[in-house]
Amino acid sequence: MNKIHNRQVICDVLIEHAKDDKDIVVLCSDSRGSASLAGFAKTYPEQFVEVGIAEQDLVGISAGLAKCGKKPFAASPASFLSTRSYEQAKVDCAYSNTNVKLIGISSGISYGALGMSHHSAQDLAAMSAIPNMRVYVPSDRHQTRYLIEALLKDEKPAYIRVGRNPVEDVYTEDNCPFEMDKATVVCKGSDVLIVACGEMVKPAFDAAALLAKEGIKATVLDMYCVKPLDKEGILREAKGARAVITVEEHSPFGGLGSMVAQVISANDPKKVINLALPDAPVITGTSQEVFDYYGLNAEGIAKTAAEAIK
Amino acid sequence: MENLKAKGYALRQDVVNMIMSGKGGHIGGDMSVMDILVTLYFDQMNISPENQNDPDRDMFVMSKGHCVEALYAVLAAKGFFSIDEVIEKFSKFGSQFIGHPNNKLPGIEMNSGSLGHGLPVAVGMAIAEKMNKKGARVYVVMGDGELAEGSVWEGAMSATQYNLDNLCAIVDRNRLQISGTTEEVMHQDSVEKRFESFGWNVYSVDGNDPKALKEAFEAAKTVKGKPSLVVANTTKGLGSPVMENKASWHHHVPSAEEYEQIMKDLKEREEAALHE
Repeated sequence: MNKIHNRQVICDVLIEHAKDDKDIVVLCSDSRGSASLAGFAKTYPEQFVEVGIAEQDLVGISAGLAKCGKKPFAASPASFLSTRSYEQAKVDCAYSNTNVKLIGISSGISYGALGMSHHSAQDLAAMSAIPNMRVYVPSDRHQTRYLIEALLKDEKPAYIRVGRNPVEDVYTEDNCPFEMDKATVVCKGSDVLIVACGEMVKPAFDAAALLAKEGIKATVLDMYCVKPLDKEGILREAKGARAVITVEEHSPFGGLGSMVAQVISANDPKKVINLALPDAPVITGTSQEVFDYYGLNAEGIAKTAAEAIK
Repeated sequence: MENLKAKGYALRQDVVNMIMSGKGGHIGGDMSVMDILVTLYFDQMNISPENQNDPDRDMFVMSKGHCVEALYAVLAAKGFFSIDEVIEKFSKFGSQFIGHPNNKLPGIEMNSGSLGHGLPVAVGMAIAEKMNKKGARVYVVMGDGELAEGSVWEGAMSATQYNLDNLCAIVDRNRLQISGTTEEVMHQDSVEKRFESFGWNVYSVDGNDPKALKEAFEAAKTVKGKPSLVVANTTKGLGSPVMENKASWHHHVPSAEEYEQIMKDLKEREEAALHE
């Protein structure tokens, strides 16, 4: 089991680049520890800005830095970053078109037993609804590295969502296909298409293995780019499939499932089933316990997929 | 120093014409904030159409974005775009000249409109300018009603945490907001003390007197280690008794008769200022 979480990879990539790129600035809202960015703060204190527990200030300051040529990466728990400072994300980042990268850490239900105040099951919908805001949800540490490397090269705002816990690898160091804004095909199969993002990609991949044992062939599409959604990739992989299953650590409304269903229904109508968290405060537990309870695991995904094409 | 007082009255006439043409606009605040903008753009800030992309230019954020008509008039007078075009197109279908600042237009750095955003953004700019070491200054204009927004105080805190002596915030203290006086709606009379207690260097001046504003801005430049606030005590609707100190003129389009009277009053005051 991999012990390196995606947030640590973000810190590593930023430290590597900050050596030569003095415009990279990391900002935290008393969140350097939980964001795994203490290492950055220690290595490059002159490129680090602490704003205290003040998310609106965090995002506003980031926009001001970007306007003056800096490349800010603002990290804060996704629950607060995507709601408390939503308007700053909308007006100061997206609308003003400033080069701010918002890193939503401990996203989804990462904070488990801490309750709904600390969960971000609405961030994909909320951020995607803002014009000029991009939304990325990397699945494993290898993809996270490629994504951050790519984001360092552009000058537009984006929201990046990463969970708190280390996740099992989907890819390997030598084999991590990555093209910016194009979904990654994890495995190919003609019967059913499973579209997943973030921590749900690995269980979706495992579900494909379970389905194979039953003689059902599944394609798994890693839609790390929730916005801009890779519509071409969805339609290409959905062609011929008897059903499409979406899996996300998010509310059932407005996230990956809703977006994929829009694309399929308009272009290649067929059954689309959305697996997501309930529209309610989730049951108390660790991420894995909660995923298991709601069927957001390999068994649950495989069961849903098999039933969908019966 | 150019006769900025007269210039302010001249540009107020552009604002009134803009509002008549667009059939809407925040006329009261436009009139109160005008002398602040005129003093900044024509006496203080290193910003012009020629250097608008230079990294060492001074930065300006109009946090009270609803008073964009005053900003348009000043930017047009600086040569960023044509005043005739603004008056013709303001708020019309498909126009770039919308009712709040938009940085697709030359001369405008940040989009605003929702209140309480400008100070944190200006703090970020001031931190960046400290890192860039180009000596640029950052100015942000807020309304007094805007100070009820909590994000203003987050920005106020971080500005002193980072010793931003290159930052100067201005409050257009016209004492009125859409529902009535600031003191009735949400009291702001201790604004100077509030900012001082956050560690700011504070001036309180006649905000419709360009000379007094200039003095405060010049003094602020000499202060080291902390940001400065200029409380600009102004008159909402300044320029004609028809609209002065009336909360109902926060957002108001003059009638034909009111328009005639206001333009007459503004011209008379411009003329008087020229002979002061």
